[in-house]
Amino acid sequence: MASMRDIKRRKSSIQGTQQITKAMKLVSTVKLQRARASAERSKGYFTCMYDTVNNILQRVGHIDHPYLTPGESQRKAVVVITSNRGLAGGYNSNVTKLVTRHPQWKKEELDIYCLGNKGRETFARYGYGIKECDNDIVESPVYADAAALSAKLLASYAAGEIGEIYLAYTGFKNTVSHVPTLLRLLPVDISEEEGTARNEPSGEVSAIMNFETEDTEALDLLIPKYVTSLIYGALRESVASENGARMQAMDNATSNAEEMISDLTLKYNRARQGSITQELTEIIAGAEALG
Amino acid sequence: MADKSGFLLRIITPDRVFYENRADMVEFNTTEGEIGVLPGHIPMTVIVKPGILYIHETEEEKKAALHAGFAEILPEGVTILAEVIEWPGEIDENRAKSAMERAEQRLQGKTADTDVARAETALQRAIARIQVLKNG
Repeated sequence: MASMRDIKRRKSSIQGTQQITKAMKLVSTVKLQRARASAERSKGYFTCMYDTVNNILQRVGHIDHPYLTPGESQRKAVVVITSNRGLAGGYNSNVTKLVTRHPQWKKEELDIYCLGNKGRETFARYGYGIKECDNDIVESPVYADAAALSAKLLASYAAGEIGEIYLAYTGFKNTVSHVPTLLRLLPVDISEEEGTARNEPSGEVSAIMNFETEDTEALDLLIPKYVTSLIYGALRESVASENGARMQAMDNATSNAEEMISDLTLKYNRARQGSITQELTEIIAGAEALG
Repeated sequence: MADKSGFLLRIITPDRVFYENRADMVEFNTTEGEIGVLPGHIPMTVIVKPGILYIHETEEEKKAALHAGFAEILPEGVTILAEVIEWPGEIDENRAKSAMERAEQRLQGKTADTDVARAETALQRAIARIQVLKNG
């Protein structure tokens, strides 16, 4: 049996850890509330933009536009949103797994655009080509940052360097449920959208959408906004998910520490009782030997 | 929303729902010039240019500075997805003025590497902001 002092030391160390995890849980709870509120506020824009663009593409019909047809290049750009700090359970690895375990993707064909330090570390370890990395963007997502990133992506798409653009992020459903999601940004999936556009009143679908500007010109202006808003929405949701995941992880850690402490307390008391019994036996034995 | 006249106008920004109510008419500036939309408009998508947005409700008229985004016009409603939009009360007049001066200077002393389009947009934004404040 471990000595009393060892057990005591171990117990106080776990108590220290528990205090930290408890504090971290409180912090991420507060952050989660804030992130969730802002994710919900921007969700309207996010979904509305998605619906509107789908709607427009529906009405436009199949027109030939570089943003709607796959590019020549085999290379794919993947925007991966992770956190800067760890201790968030499976949050980061779930997102990076979407990319590293993707059945069709080859390492050499990918250009990784990393948002968040943890993702960068993982991809660097596996030897992926990291094109760009911005860690500050996830701390407090700003629309302008998302716009700058999408401008960069679209520029290399237009230049033919990449043929497809994907976005890997964690969707925020509610506090306990976060879904790692892989979304194709460009070319825009028309076939998939055919199903989603049916929720409007019948008869309206066939109405033809008019553009004040030329069709292709309008899409030139619309698609960048679409890409930006998807990235921005994904950022917001990811931040909320990160805090949710961390809150859960820290909650688990705190209750695990609680369990260990009660276990150690029991062991400590048993060891203390044992040592008292032993001392007594020794004293009695000594007294008897003298008498 | 007891009022059933007009059409449903929704203005959404990345950070909030800016406006959601029934309106009789909405006016704003687009790439093709200023337009006013009444109920029952044919489906149309327009790209927003910096300018003043007027919302005509039954009783009153509201104004805001609308800078970027696009609008989806349908017979039953208008959705404006605005990247930047401000009520008059949210505008910093001094900042708008200094931004206007800066943009003007850039356009006047223009060299080969001046981003004319960017400077022009900046100028238009500043003018829109100042105008909204003036008429308010």
